[in-house]
Amino acid sequence: MSTAALTHAPDAHAHDDHHYDPGFWRKWVFSTDHKMIGVQYGVTGLAFLMFGFMLMMVMRWQLAHPGEAVPYIGGLLQTFFGSSAFQPDAKGLPGVLTADGYNSFGAMHGTIMVFFGIVPVAFAAFGNFVVPLQIGAIDMTFPKINMASFWCFFISCIFMLVSFFVPGGAAKSGWTSYPPLSGIADLGPLNHVFMNGQTLWVTGMVFNITASLLGSVNFIATIIQIRAPGMTWMRLPFFVWAQFVTAFLLLLAFPPLEAAGVMQLMDRAFDTSFFMPTGLIVNGATTQWSGGGSPILWQHLFWFLAHPEVYVLILPGIGMVAEIIACNTRKPLYGYKAMVGAIFVLGFLSFIVWAHHMYMTGMGAKVSAFFQVTTIMISVPSVILVTALMLSLWGGSIRFTMPMLFATAFLPMFGIGGLTGIPLAFNAVDLYLHDTYYVIGHFHYVVAPGTIFAIFAGVYHWYPKATGRMLNEFLGRLHFWGSLIFINGIFFPMFLQGMAGVHRRWYDGGATYEQLSNAVVMGKSSIQWNSTMATSAFLLGLAQIPFIINFCWSLFHGRKASDNPWDATTVEWDTPTPPPHGNFTKEISVHRGPYEYSVPGADKDFTPQTEAPKSDQPHVPATPVAAPAH
Amino acid sequence: MQIPHEVTARPDTGLYNAKLGIWLFLASEVMLFGGLFSAYIFLRMGAEDGYWPRGLLNVPVGAANTAILIASSVTVVLAWASLKMRKFSQYKLWMGISILCGALFLIVKLAYEWPQKFDHFGAFIKKDALEHYEQYLGNHHLKEKKLPPRVEISGHLHEVEIAADPAEKEKLEVFLKRHDLEAKPDEHDAKLQVVKGKHLTPGVVEDLKRVPGVKLIAFEVALDPINADPTNPESDKPHFWYKGATEKLGKIEVKDVESWSSFAPKHSTYFAVYFTITGLHGLHVLAGVLIMLYLWLPIEGGANMFKRNPEHLANRVEVVGLFWHFVDLVWIFVFPIFYLL
Amino acid sequence: MSPAHDHGKEATPGTAHEPATDGDHPHFDMHLGLYLGVGGFLLVATVITVWLSYVDFDKMFGGHGWNIIIAMIVASVKVGFVAAIFMHLKGEKKLIWQFLYFTMFFVAGLFLLTLLNYVDPIFGTTHAQH
Repeated sequence: MSTAALTHAPDAHAHDDHHYDPGFWRKWVFSTDHKMIGVQYGVTGLAFLMFGFMLMMVMRWQLAHPGEAVPYIGGLLQTFFGSSAFQPDAKGLPGVLTADGYNSFGAMHGTIMVFFGIVPVAFAAFGNFVVPLQIGAIDMTFPKINMASFWCFFISCIFMLVSFFVPGGAAKSGWTSYPPLSGIADLGPLNHVFMNGQTLWVTGMVFNITASLLGSVNFIATIIQIRAPGMTWMRLPFFVWAQFVTAFLLLLAFPPLEAAGVMQLMDRAFDTSFFMPTGLIVNGATTQWSGGGSPILWQHLFWFLAHPEVYVLILPGIGMVAEIIACNTRKPLYGYKAMVGAIFVLGFLSFIVWAHHMYMTGMGAKVSAFFQVTTIMISVPSVILVTALMLSLWGGSIRFTMPMLFATAFLPMFGIGGLTGIPLAFNAVDLYLHDTYYVIGHFHYVVAPGTIFAIFAGVYHWYPKATGRMLNEFLGRLHFWGSLIFINGIFFPMFLQGMAGVHRRWYDGGATYEQLSNAVVMGKSSIQWNSTMATSAFLLGLAQIPFIINFCWSLFHGRKASDNPWDATTVEWDTPTPPPHGNFTKEISVHRGPYEYSVPGADKDFTPQTEAPKSDQPHVPATPVAAPAH
Repeated sequence: MQIPHEVTARPDTGLYNAKLGIWLFLASEVMLFGGLFSAYIFLRMGAEDGYWPRGLLNVPVGAANTAILIASSVTVVLAWASLKMRKFSQYKLWMGISILCGALFLIVKLAYEWPQKFDHFGAFIKKDALEHYEQYLGNHHLKEKKLPPRVEISGHLHEVEIAADPAEKEKLEVFLKRHDLEAKPDEHDAKLQVVKGKHLTPGVVEDLKRVPGVKLIAFEVALDPINADPTNPESDKPHFWYKGATEKLGKIEVKDVESWSSFAPKHSTYFAVYFTITGLHGLHVLAGVLIMLYLWLPIEGGANMFKRNPEHLANRVEVVGLFWHFVDLVWIFVFPIFYLL
Repeated sequence: MSPAHDHGKEATPGTAHEPATDGDHPHFDMHLGLYLGVGGFLLVATVITVWLSYVDFDKMFGGHGWNIIIAMIVASVKVGFVAAIFMHLKGEKKLIWQFLYFTMFFVAGLFLLTLLNYVDPIFGTTHAQH
C-alpha cells in the first residue's frame, strides 16, 4: 500500500485492510471502490449499448421493409412498447413500426448510444477501473463523490427507460432535441404534464450531465494529485493522458447544455419561451407562449457541448488502442510527446468548432468562415494521433492477440470516419450533404467501428486483470470477424445513399428519392442498399452473441490468468488479480517510462514501470527509447 | 488506507485534493452560469421593443439581499481564519452567522420576492390595439422623447368580466365558492358577469378560464404607476423605491390582449431567465447553507472534527467557503443585470 | 492545461509540510482586518452600484450601451475583490490560475457566440433589421 511515504499528520489513520469487509451492500452496491464503480458503469453501459443496438435493428427493418411487421417478435414489441410505437399491419399482424415509433427509436438510439453507452463505458468504466491502477494510486481522490456520480447516472438511466412506457412513448425530437419541436412534443391532451417522453428525456439528461461533472472532477484531481512517487507527467501511459483531456472536455463543455436543458425543462413545464419563437402556430392555432425566444439559442448551447462530446467519445478509445498497440508490438509508441501535444491541441480546438453543425441555420459569412477554418485545423491533431499509432506498428513484433485484432482494425476504420468528415467541414459541401446519410455514415464510422472496437479491444485486454480469467480466443475471433465485416456492411452504403441525397431521420427510408436517384452502385440503387444494410445489422447482432457468451462463460470457466498475462509494462499489471481493496500489496514507485518494451540490453522484452534500475545497469531515462529492428 | 494529500498539500501543486476539486467544480459552474448569462444576452438583444421590461423588481429588497450575501461571505472567511487559528468558539460564531445570512437570503426570496410576482398581473396589448389604450400606455409621449414604446399594462387584478354559459352555472358556482369569489351581473350588459374577490390572482383567473362554459371578456386592473400616469416624466425611467399598484382602475378587453399572465416565468423571456437564474442560484444558496450547517453541527464529519483533526476541518470550511464566495460572486452579477439594467 | 512538468524527476511524496496545529498565526490576524475592510468596501460598492444605475450615462456620453458597460465594470471590480481576497486567488497556486485562464477563455467564447448572431446575421433574420 502506498501509505508509507505519508506525513505524520493526524490524517494518517492506521486501518487494517486485510480484514476489509464492508458487508454486501457497501461492497457490491454502494461501493466507493473505484474498481467496483468501474464495473458498475461498465455493465450498465454495455447493457445500454445492446439496447440501443436493438432499437436500431428495428429501425433498419422498417427501412428495408416499409410497412411490414417485424417478424417473430412483432407481437412482443407491440405489447412491450405500446401502440404509439407499433401498430398492426393491414392484415392485423402486430409489430409495424409507426412513424412516431421510428422517430422515438431514432432519438433514443442516439441518446442511449452516446450518453448511456459509450461515455459510461469508454470514459467512466475503463477510466474508473484502470486510471488509478495505472498511476499507482489506491483509489480516486474522492471515492464518495465517485459513488454519487454512478448513482446519479443510474437515476438518469431510470428516467430514460421509463420514458418508453409512458403514454406517447419516448422522446421523438432527435438526440439533438431541437426546439420548437422539443418544446411542444408530447404535450398534447393525451400526455401527462411531467410523465411524458420528452420531459423525462430532458430530466434524464440533467442527471446524466451532473453525473459526468462529478466524475470528471474526480478524474482530473486524481491524475494531478495522487500519482505514485516517480510517476511524472511524461511517464504517464497515454491512456491516462487521454482520460485527463476527456475529463476537461466534460467538465467545461457540459454545463452550457445543462443550462440549456434546464431552460428546455422550463419551456415544457412552466410555459416559458426560452426557445419558442414569437408567432408560433401549432396544429393551426396560436399558442399560449409569450414568444420572444430563439430556437437558434438552443442549437448554440447544445452544440457547444456536443462537439467536444464527440471528442469525449473518441479520445478514451484512442487511449486504449495506444496501450494495446504498444503492448502487442513490443515497442514503445511512436511519437508519444507529439501525441500528448496533439491531444491537448485537439481538446482546446474542440471548443471552438461547434457551429460546423449549424452551417444551414443562416449564419453570416464571417462566422461561417471562422468555423470552417477552426474545423479544418482540428483535423491536424487527429491525423497526428492516428498516424502516430499507425507508425507505432512499424518495426514491431506484432502479436495478433484478441485486443490487438480490434486495435489494428480500429485504425483504418477510424481513418475512414475521420477522412469522411473533412468534406463536411466545408460550408459549400455541407450545403449538399447536411442531414443526409453521408453524415450518419461519417459519424458512425468514427464511433462504431471506431470507439466500440476500441472498447472491445479494451475489454479483451483488461478482462483478465479484472476477473482473473482469459476470454476464449475462438469465440473472440468469431466476434471480431463477424463484427468487422458486417459493421462495414451497414455503414459503408450510407456514404452512397448520402451522396445520392437520401435524407436522414426519414421514416420512409428515402423512398421519396426512389425515382430521383440515378446512382446505381454494384447493381443496387441507393434505396436497395437498405436491404443489405438491414441484413448486415442483423448479422452484426448475431456476431455479438459469441462475445456475450464469452463474457459470461469465461467468468467461471475461462483459462485462469496470471497477474500480467500480456507481459505489459504499465502499473495496473503490477497488482494481484483481481486487485484487492487498496490495489497494491507493496509500495509503488515508478522508475521508468510506460513503454519500456524491447529495451536493448534488458534481460526480457519488457521492463515494468515499477522495476527499479539494477545497480549494474545505467539508469533508464524517462523518455522511451526506440527499439532497434529485430 | 489513506488517500494521499487529503489534508496536507502535494508539494508540486501546493494544493490538497479538495481544494483542487472545488476549483475544478467552480470552473464548471462558471460555464453553467456563463451559459445562462449568454442566454440572457441573446434573449435581451433579440427582444422586440417594449417586450423587455425594466423596473419591475424591488431594488431596495434586492440590494438588501446583496448586502446579506456579502456579509455572509465575510463571515465565512472569518470562520475559516478562526479555525486556522484554532479558535473554536469564534468559528462557531462566524459560521453560524453565515448560515443565518444564507437562510435569510432564501427567506426574503421565497417568502416575499417570488410570491409577490405571482400576485401581479400583466397583459401585452396587440399591436393594432395599442392606440386604443393610449391613456394607459402613453406611447405618443414616449415617441416624442425617442424612448421605446410600452406594450404592456400591468397591476393588480381588480375584477374580471366573463360570459358564462347558463347551462354550466353549477360548475361555475362551485369554482367561485372554492376560491372565495363572487359573481354579479354586469350593470351594462346583463349577459355578462363580473367576478371579484379578495384573492383574484392571475393564477385563479387561468383556472377560471378553464371552467366549462366560461369565456373571459375583460380585465379590470388596479394599474401600476407607469400605466396610471404614463405621460408623467417620472414614469419614463425606473426608480429606487418600489411602488405597488395604484388605486386607479383600467379596463382591458381580452380581444385586445396578445398574452396575459402573472409575473411568472412564462410572462416574457425576461421573467423566464430571471426565475431560471435566480432559481438555480437559490438552489446553490440552499446547498451551501446545508453544507455549512453540516460543518457547524456537533457531528462526526462536522464540528466534532475539530478535536480530532482541526486542519482537516479547516480545509473543509475553506472548500465550502470557496463555493459560498462563488455563489456570492454570481449574485453580484445577477443583481445589477436583473434589478438595475 | 499544462501542470507542473518534472521530466524524469521522481516527485517525492508529501513531506511533512504542515502548518502548526497550535499556537497563534500572526499573519492571519493581519488578514482579519483585510477581510473586514474588503467586506465594508463591497457594501459601499453596492450602494454605489445602485446609485450609478440611476445616472443616465447614455445621455451623458451619447450612444448605446454605456449604462451596461459602467454597471459591468463596477460589478467586475466587486467580483475581483471577492475572488482575490476572499477566495485567496491573490497568491494562489499556479495550477488554479491555469484552470481559470482556460475557463475564462471558453466563457468568453460562449458570450461571443451570442453576440455573433447579431453582429453578422443573414439579412432579415433579426428584428433590428426590419
